[in-house]
Amino acid sequence: MAVIPKFVGERIKRREDPRLVTGAATYVDDLRLPGMLCAMVLRSPHAHAKIISLELEKARALKGVVAVFSGADLKNKIGSVPCVAPADHVPFHPVLAQGKVRFIGEGVAVVVAVAPYLAQDALDLIEVDYDPLEAVIDPEKALEPGAPILHEEFGTNSVTLASVPNPAVEDAMRKADKIIKFRIYNQRLAPVPMEPRGTVAKWDAGYRQLTVWSSTQIPHLLRSQLAEQLKLGENKLRVIAPEVGGGFGAKLNVYAEEALVAYLAMALNRPVKWIERRRENMSGTTHGRDQIAYLEVAAHKDGTVTAVKARFVCDMGAYLQLLTPAIPGFSGLMMTGCYKIPALAFEQQMVFTNKMATDAYRGAGRPEAAYIAERMMDMVAGEFGLDPVEVRRKNFFAKESFPVATAGGLTYDSGDYDRALNKALEMIDYPKARAEQAEARKHGRYVGIGIASYVEICGIGPSSLLPPKLKGGGWESSTVRIEPDCKVTVLTGVSPHGQGQETTFAQLVADAFGIDIDDVNVVHGDTAIVQYGIGTFGSRGTTVGGPALMLSVGKLQDKMRKIASTMMEAPPDQLVFSNRTVALKSDPSKSIALQQVVDAAYGYKQPIPGLEPGLDATSFYEPTNCTFPFGSHVAVVEVDPETGVTKFLRYVAVDDCGKILSPLLVEGQIHGGIAQGIAQALYEEVVYDENGQLITATLMDYAVPKANMLPHYELASTVTPSPVNPLGVKGVGEAGTIGSTPCVVNAVLDALAPLGIRHLDMPLKPEKVWRAIRDARAKG
Amino acid sequence: MQLNLTINGERREDDVDPRMLLVHYLRDVAGLTGTHVGCETSICGACTVHLDGRAVKSCTVLAMQALGAEVITIEGLARGPAMHPLQQGFWEEHGLQCGFCTPGMIMTAADLLARNANPTDGEIREALEGNLCRCTGYQHIVNAIQYAAKKLREQKAA
Repeated sequence: MAVIPKFVGERIKRREDPRLVTGAATYVDDLRLPGMLCAMVLRSPHAHAKIISLELEKARALKGVVAVFSGADLKNKIGSVPCVAPADHVPFHPVLAQGKVRFIGEGVAVVVAVAPYLAQDALDLIEVDYDPLEAVIDPEKALEPGAPILHEEFGTNSVTLASVPNPAVEDAMRKADKIIKFRIYNQRLAPVPMEPRGTVAKWDAGYRQLTVWSSTQIPHLLRSQLAEQLKLGENKLRVIAPEVGGGFGAKLNVYAEEALVAYLAMALNRPVKWIERRRENMSGTTHGRDQIAYLEVAAHKDGTVTAVKARFVCDMGAYLQLLTPAIPGFSGLMMTGCYKIPALAFEQQMVFTNKMATDAYRGAGRPEAAYIAERMMDMVAGEFGLDPVEVRRKNFFAKESFPVATAGGLTYDSGDYDRALNKALEMIDYPKARAEQAEARKHGRYVGIGIASYVEICGIGPSSLLPPKLKGGGWESSTVRIEPDCKVTVLTGVSPHGQGQETTFAQLVADAFGIDIDDVNVVHGDTAIVQYGIGTFGSRGTTVGGPALMLSVGKLQDKMRKIASTMMEAPPDQLVFSNRTVALKSDPSKSIALQQVVDAAYGYKQPIPGLEPGLDATSFYEPTNCTFPFGSHVAVVEVDPETGVTKFLRYVAVDDCGKILSPLLVEGQIHGGIAQGIAQALYEEVVYDENGQLITATLMDYAVPKANMLPHYELASTVTPSPVNPLGVKGVGEAGTIGSTPCVVNAVLDALAPLGIRHLDMPLKPEKVWRAIRDARAKG
Repeated sequence: MQLNLTINGERREDDVDPRMLLVHYLRDVAGLTGTHVGCETSICGACTVHLDGRAVKSCTVLAMQALGAEVITIEGLARGPAMHPLQQGFWEEHGLQCGFCTPGMIMTAADLLARNANPTDGEIREALEGNLCRCTGYQHIVNAIQYAAKKLREQKAA
């Protein structure tokens, strides 16, 4: 019999891929249900306006149109689009605007027709009379006297003022050699999953049961929220996340269209499909970042930083989506980064503006924090004429100090920041790179070396860290079932949409039972099949979902050892799983086939005292802490002073995500993360004009990077296992994004340093860089 | 209007709305949902198919423009039970994550390899300028296409 290899730690091809590369996968838009109708939403062309009147009759009269509803028609029928994060002012968020629109793209009316082209025709027949109002666009002016108010009931555009004071900061500032002050802006970004959002709903009037297919990262949380909005029992509502074409945080949400489509399916007693168009995606799917921070850093001549203070202005947009006001907190708590900075204080003013809501986007608060921390290190280096590497080393937490409490009150689990940085510097050959840079500068070339050492939070975490109103916590769930034929079914509460847990979890299960990876089937994303789970976000899939899986695996291993023990007359703790057998650890030749143990459990002809029949275990895993992956990225770039274009010469990334289960998939996550981080540094920004018109409403105007805009990534890893979970994993979904943004900005600014340019706001587009060079040269 | 064409080697005849886009015809009439709609402005390339042997973005082609033409979609690329070398390459090299852009990427890459059997990495990156991927950062896609290019060259030599 062929020996079954081990799978964990191997470069395993993904089990998801055959269906995806052949066109056989089923995304929401691929669903075809008998009698299915198409819904389309008419959206506001104004950022801020009163709705005077809506003329729907012409649309209703069009042949093939089944129904047309305005916001007024649906008043009191569907609950508010939910926000579970705490804030002083949480407005009612209707699924379609009622009386007033507050951002470009807000839904005003919905058409339901027998075919999409007819629905589009009907949309064009709706006439809306608007009375435009002045829009609030600049978040720093939202609280000025006389600013138009978005939500009149609050009398202010303040969402909330969060403050984390610390008197030790002032003391440190007094003692510092220098207080370095700067303003930093993390611009507004669009997540742009390649698959836009979409929802299909089907009402079964006989069973009074609703099924909702939605392109979501959180099927169970969505079910809970929809049940509340629609006043349905959660036992009568099934949510399915079919194939999901990317999320990046944008699908960690509950959207107006989800409840709307569900309501339409019930009201019309027909299946209804709504598929988001890209323009709707750019204007009506959550954005990320949009945080301004005013920093004060207490620094000493040797590079030591003793305190950081920040005032943030955070643009929340017009309404609060699921976690909108919870995101900035991470930026504040994590902005001391990898550094033993003893004192931290910050204040965050969150404001309403006439824009789409911001919420989680890959990294969610930690990219902002890492950007602040790493720009800060370079500012300190520049101020005192120190090497940025030395400033980082000076301030790093030493590896002996872990677990270590941070100024933000977090406990970093494990780390070895010097090691990752040293490895990255070795790969780039730092002294040589600096020498080459000096040589290039002599020839008038603008070559820069950027360094970023980041730490981030994953697998959040203990449930107490999540908003109290969120149904569900920071835990995750699993069921493992060994079927009568010895094949294994895994039901996981996480909801992967590209991350590859169908593969990673199969690797873990195959090794645990000594079976082939092909014998394991991982099922996710269907609330009627899978026990309640939390979903995939915050790099928690393997970090929290993995340990949850292993709890169930452990329960079944225990049970099977007990069964085998009676069959083999050997103590259970002496038995191991290997090559489809249960074998004696000390003498592997003494074994019985795994199938025999399974037969005994299911056949149950000889009842085993204390053991129930069957082989099925469900577990819920609550982590005791978050995990804190880290790493160092180094980029070498050259800026062309004639065009402002940044060219990559090298890109090196050393990431430490704890133990690595699937090296190929980890690489993929880091690559994609780096690409999105570079996109923030150099290319992307959501732009609204002064009237609140969205300028970047298509992919022609919003610069998602293409293959020829990104470098070849050179990767390496260090492995510092997390003590938080038994797998020792830390999470890797967001790491690349968090490290790469400050790395690239630092590199470009290092290139421009001879011109006296200290800082430029992202994105560092050619035009902006070219203007800065021109102005600097003019000043001479 | 009456549309006659060949899709993946099969002849079809359908009555279509003259304004219907090719991508909607393929997905909604012919039932081939492997071709995706990502942007409707011919930027993202998720809808890429072959029209008479060349890669086109089916979201900006009218169905009627395919009159009498031969269309190949991701479902018809392999022409048999085994995967096409590009499909194998994307699988082997982890050239996809969420998979939504993948059919279009593969169809564009097939067009490239038909014209250039031995492309450099840079040439591959240039050839993909009409296809966006948000997950992979492209490096594994470049590797996947190189894998397929090598395999196709070997097949040709054999």
